[in-house]
Amino acid sequence: MSERVGAAASGLGRPAVDAGRRGEPPPSAPHERADQPAEAAAVAGPAPPRSLPRRRPVRATGRLWGIRTPVPRGARWTLMALSVTVPLVGWQVLSIVIDGRPDYLPGPVDAVSAGVEMARSGQLLTDAWATVARVLQGFGLAVLVSVPLGILMGSFPAGQALLEPLVGLLRYLPASAFIPLLIIWLGLGEPSKVALLFLAAFFFNTLMTADAVRQVPLSLVDVSYTLGARRGEVLRKVIVPYALPGMIDSIRVNAAASWSFVVVAELIASESGLGYRIVRAQRFNQIDRIFAVLVVIALIGLTIDLLLRLTRDRVGRWV
Amino acid sequence: MLELASLGKEFPRRGGPVKALEGVDLSVPDGQFVCVVGASGSGKSTLLSLVAGLARPTTGEVRLDGVPVTGPGPDRGLVFQQGAVYPWRTVERNVAFGLELLPLPRAERERRVAWYLAETGLTALRHALPKQLSGGQRQRVAIARALACEPEVLLLDEPFGALDVQTKEDMQLLIRRVWQDTGTTVLMVTHDVEEAVFLGQRVVVLASDPGRVAADLPVNLPAERELSVKRLPDFLAMRAQVEDLVRTYHRRHQEKQPV
Ligand SMILES: Nc1ncnc2c1ncn2[C@@H]1O[C@H](COP(=O)(O)OP(=O)(O)O)[C@@H](O)[C@H]1O
Ligand SMILES: [Mg+2]
Repeated sequence: MSERVGAAASGLGRPAVDAGRRGEPPPSAPHERADQPAEAAAVAGPAPPRSLPRRRPVRATGRLWGIRTPVPRGARWTLMALSVTVPLVGWQVLSIVIDGRPDYLPGPVDAVSAGVEMARSGQLLTDAWATVARVLQGFGLAVLVSVPLGILMGSFPAGQALLEPLVGLLRYLPASAFIPLLIIWLGLGEPSKVALLFLAAFFFNTLMTADAVRQVPLSLVDVSYTLGARRGEVLRKVIVPYALPGMIDSIRVNAAASWSFVVVAELIASESGLGYRIVRAQRFNQIDRIFAVLVVIALIGLTIDLLLRLTRDRVGRWV
Repeated sequence: MLELASLGKEFPRRGGPVKALEGVDLSVPDGQFVCVVGASGSGKSTLLSLVAGLARPTTGEVRLDGVPVTGPGPDRGLVFQQGAVYPWRTVERNVAFGLELLPLPRAERERRVAWYLAETGLTALRHALPKQLSGGQRQRVAIARALACEPEVLLLDEPFGALDVQTKEDMQLLIRRVWQDTGTTVLMVTHDVEEAVFLGQRVVVLASDPGRVAADLPVNLPAERELSVKRLPDFLAMRAQVEDLVRTYHRRHQEKQPV
């Protein structure tokens, strides 16, 4: 305190440079003596004694398990290889060990050879396409409707007030609980499956799109208006481009859900598709074929995810 | 001429409305550089958002060349502390944003963008994305983008508040030069007294709670201002005077706060 006053006082006698840099007002400044830190110290009393116990210093952590520390390239590839090969080998070993009943648990080798056989007859491709086509229709429709609604909900508080109560409630009704209703109303054919896929993705994608849209900073919207943009232009030229990577992320998450729902729908009632193929194989106790179809389901799911992730990374290069 | 006439703004809050601004009268002649200083919470941002037309005043009005302001528009460009540049657009396309909304031939638009990029020293960075820029560069993009729309008034809300001292001084020189080159009226708010005195032809001190004009002082410093101006006795005296005012009104405000 006294030091500061002193500095200010002596600042007058010094070259103007110094005083200016330090930002001291002339000593005549009326408020100089009643500085708040001094008052606070008086209330707090003397500082506590420096007697905190010290914890023993941490050992330097290895690089492999440091939190959010990048792992060396070699180690990363090894870990990734292990994550695939260990389960595969375990599966093969298990299938040999448990082989009490014939073909109770076929190994990966059996599954692949069953898959190759099914692929040769063209059956696998037909089934896979039937399933993919259903997803394209049901999920595609859900995206087409939910994205505009989500943008409406995320951009306009009025839209949110209008839609959120309903959408927020309906999303807690599991889509699978609608299956009986959909079968009664739409029959066993394609429409009921497309409708199920629509329901499974629509509510979540609407809410997640709205969330992505709400990430747009208000300052970006405000500044756009001051640059002469109208409301529609703000939506098209600011909100949509900003939220696009987030919206694709949402589509990616919900595509995964759709992919598992289509198989459920096909397990329950259908004449084609990968789920139907599993039910058929079950009827004839062809466990190796079930595994082959499971592998195909996983691979197609992975491909969808990869494609969407690449799209997102391309679109969101600026993030 | 920009005029603020008995401008007031209240925000509703539980337990009664907050008066962010009350009875603010201010007129800024064309081409003037005015700095508004005040402590944090004194209503500086509220003032600018009213002038920008992003918020509606509770009382009074803002007039630009005699016409009441009813909403935001490109005649009043705004620059925020954190730039608010479009992260998916390159520097060049950020600056072009306002021009893309107008029926301009492409060549004309590009010519204008190129001039503002050069004026703000961004030509070499024109293809860069905002994430590749430093804070100062981003602010230059925001300034160039606002100026490209040829605003009557440039509104600056603590535009250099998040920058380090050296960058801040570079930006201060830049904004002075741009102001002189374009002849735009500038209304800048800041809590940095040194900055206000260095940049402004006039310094307006805002008192807090409710925000109102406490003092309106002309700055008698040379028109050509280099950084060395900050060492002149006139500058130091003015700075001390404004600092005392800001401090006084800040302290009065604090004494009113519940403990
Ligand atoms: N949108 C708002 N809603 C409620 N109160 C607000 C809002 N914006 C500002 N205020 C209040 O108005 C006062 C002035 O705020 P602001 O203009 O942001 O001050 P400054 O920019 O000088 O820090 C503050 O008390 C702040 O809490
Ligand atoms: Mg502010």
